[in-house]
Amino acid sequence: MTPPSPTFPRLLLAHAQQQPEAPAMREKDLGIWQTWSWREVAREVREIACGLASLGFQAGDNLGIVGANRPHLYMAMVAAQSLRGVPVPLYQDAVAGEMVFMLDDAAIDFAIAEDQEQVDKLLECRELQKDGRKAIRHIVYDDPRGLRHYDQPGLLSCDRLRELGRAWDAAHPDFFMQSVAAGEPSEVAVILYTSGTTGRPKGVCQSHASFIAAGRGGVETDRLGPGDNIMSYLPMAWVGDHLFSVAQWLVGGFTLNCPESSETVMNDMREIGPSYYFGPPRTFEGLLTAVSIRMEDAAAPKRWLYRKFMALARRVGAEILNGAPVATSDRLLYALGDLLIYGPLRNVLGMSRIRVAYTAGAAIGPDLFRFYRSIGVNLKQFYGQTETCAYVCLQQDGKVKLQTVGSAAPGIELKIAPDGEVLVRGVSVLQGYYKRPDATAEVLDADGYFHTGDAGVLDAEGHLRIIDRAKDVGRLRGGAMFAPNYIENKLKFFAQIKEAVCFGDARDEVCAFVNIDFEAVGNWAERRGLAYGGYVDLASKPEVQALVAECIAQVNADLASEEGMGDTQIARFLVLHKELDPDDDELTRTRKVRRGFVATKYAVLIDALYGGKSEQFIETQVRFEDGRSGVVSATLKILEARRFPPLKAAA
Amino acid sequence: MRRIGEVILDIRNISLRFGGVKALSDISFDVREHEVRAIIGPNGAGKSSMLNCINGVYQPQEGSITFRGRTFRHMNSRQVAEMGVARTFQNLALFKGMSVLDNIMTGRNLKMKSGLLAQALHWGPAAREEMAQREFVERIIDFLEIQPYRKTPVGRLPYGLQKRVDLGRALAMEPQVLLLDEPMAGMNVEEKQDMSRFILDVNDEFGTTIVLIEHDMGVVMDISDRVVVLDYGRKIGDGTPDAVRGNEEVVRAYLGTEH
Repeated sequence: MTPPSPTFPRLLLAHAQQQPEAPAMREKDLGIWQTWSWREVAREVREIACGLASLGFQAGDNLGIVGANRPHLYMAMVAAQSLRGVPVPLYQDAVAGEMVFMLDDAAIDFAIAEDQEQVDKLLECRELQKDGRKAIRHIVYDDPRGLRHYDQPGLLSCDRLRELGRAWDAAHPDFFMQSVAAGEPSEVAVILYTSGTTGRPKGVCQSHASFIAAGRGGVETDRLGPGDNIMSYLPMAWVGDHLFSVAQWLVGGFTLNCPESSETVMNDMREIGPSYYFGPPRTFEGLLTAVSIRMEDAAAPKRWLYRKFMALARRVGAEILNGAPVATSDRLLYALGDLLIYGPLRNVLGMSRIRVAYTAGAAIGPDLFRFYRSIGVNLKQFYGQTETCAYVCLQQDGKVKLQTVGSAAPGIELKIAPDGEVLVRGVSVLQGYYKRPDATAEVLDADGYFHTGDAGVLDAEGHLRIIDRAKDVGRLRGGAMFAPNYIENKLKFFAQIKEAVCFGDARDEVCAFVNIDFEAVGNWAERRGLAYGGYVDLASKPEVQALVAECIAQVNADLASEEGMGDTQIARFLVLHKELDPDDDELTRTRKVRRGFVATKYAVLIDALYGGKSEQFIETQVRFEDGRSGVVSATLKILEARRFPPLKAAA
Repeated sequence: MRRIGEVILDIRNISLRFGGVKALSDISFDVREHEVRAIIGPNGAGKSSMLNCINGVYQPQEGSITFRGRTFRHMNSRQVAEMGVARTFQNLALFKGMSVLDNIMTGRNLKMKSGLLAQALHWGPAAREEMAQREFVERIIDFLEIQPYRKTPVGRLPYGLQKRVDLGRALAMEPQVLLLDEPMAGMNVEEKQDMSRFILDVNDEFGTTIVLIEHDMGVVMDISDRVVVLDYGRKIGDGTPDAVRGNEEVVRAYLGTEH
């Protein structure tokens, strides 16, 4: 007899049977790590599920989950699934006005909230829903602090809910197991809302089968299992956390660790010493900055040692980690460095026991990526989006290439559309958007391919390289593909460059606007004794422009060495006299360049760049933070960039 | 909601002199259980002197203080502490070189039963006792949201957080009455808001009666149930914030005559 195909609740019950006393979850509370064994998690999930059932939660109902990473919130997810309901984790920092959209959209009747702050917000949502809409009825809270005197209807504590659950369980002893047994892998396991940077948020429906397949792929690739530890500190509503902290957790059976609070994550991480870690690029960057600052304050011999060994690590560290051949002398030196520098450094970073670390969500700087790999942290990238359970590509151990996000994950097919868009088909692709067949039809084609909206290329080994958002990609007149963000990101990896805007669609060559980073370049100028009188003056210094030209030459050299990118080297550029600013509508609030607006506003500069002029006068309206506006004018030099002969494709 | 109870602290005709200087003359007011009671007044009005009398640091020449039905002519500070009155200080009385955790632990000292030697050796019952006390201190740390600084020496923390630690140390005594000496002095607006919230939470969650001295009128009016106004050592007003705000003498003395 084959065992029934798995759903998340069935996976949980299996762990509770196979490794009942092994730690399933930990949370630091009152300064001490509290542990739940798999048996205890299964019991509490059952209590929560029965409690919800006693209040009238039924199969097909949605359970809102609002709060930071807390064990009971994770348990509530599985509890809802046990009742064949659907958990809907929501971003805890959303304001009531935003949250009410999701509550309405998913017709949420029951919600579990972390604490008073979230309860207040849900109550505010309920007020907003007063005008005849179906309002949220039951709000369960985990942390009772400050809630003692709340007497709103439908409010109850998690402890009380579990009490109700125990009573219900005693009265209906077969209910829970029957409900779990009735669940089907093809049923929706979770609804995750996309952040909605473009239009209204959409609920992405993922089935048990999809997420379990995605979780299994990751667990098998990195051989995760009991004994491994992961820190869960990213928003529960984000697909990455759901993949790592729910799907992989229940598939792999390792231990989930919840931090004491969002401010103590680094400290808690050092105490737990996770073997498996995920962080967006900016976390890794923050850690590195902290280390660099401390190293600069260290005594001279220590600094010397650090410099020596870091140079060695840069040269051979990444190769050693990739298992590439390296000279024995270097290996020995590296081993010494591991003892003196790399090991202690990893310890300070809380990464002593890391076997696998992942980053995703944004492009990671090459230096940053190399730094972590060179000191022996197995940092890898993956690629995916909410619609694909964040599971499309994975970098396999030993085959990590900086430029790519890895090859197609097990069970995933990749295809590049003629216009460069990445298409995905396979186990992790969404069932559809919640109640939005129109939106589903836009992204899922007749052959079952999901259109990611990202433009990418596959290299000879099948590794995917994401280059841009598909809608931003254009073509040079010569026919070469032009990916502005890709080039701009390369520029922005330089500390001296804050913002860059590239032009080239339907033109002969690529030209760029560059914003210097006032702080970094100002520092650089001070160290050289270069006097300047503010941003405009600094930006127009010939020395600064030479500095920027050097950065651009490096980017061009980089582009020349890449297949199909050689033609999009930057031909000419200018350094802008003012910082692009959201207050002037040049950037969005999330600091993305509004390409079209910038092109219109600075049309005269673009004409000058393509018209062969050597300089151009410009006057720009600026708005100050206090609402007044003024005018900044300058004559900007147009500079030629050094270009390199493109590498001829080997194939 | 919060239920305000019987009179817990009754101050009758207190006068305090330092040599020829009359710091307080004939002050009477009472504090009810579970209420937030504020003492306000301009500089030199005698606010801190009043607190020091309740606290047993100063011994008034005349008058009496009745605490939970027991009347005292003089109080001494240890006695006061043992009766469940804790205080914070305007100029912070913390051990700057010690961690946040250790500073708050000192507030538990009165609750510890084992002797000095046993504590020093961390032996048997003393170790168990410390664990129990530590748990209580952790609850306070959690309550005041200072987990990230548990092991940080207090001297390295910004002022607003030091004030919070000072409050934590006072809370560690599980006081029935908490005396706060200018809890918001020197804070920025955001820190003041945080502190107000903590004061109200303490009052709400533990039912602690709170007597506070404060300069910032806005804050006082927002969080107090009743307000006493002092000026040149005399009481010139007593009542709800609204009543006090409407009292002409108070307006003249404290808020200035231009209004």
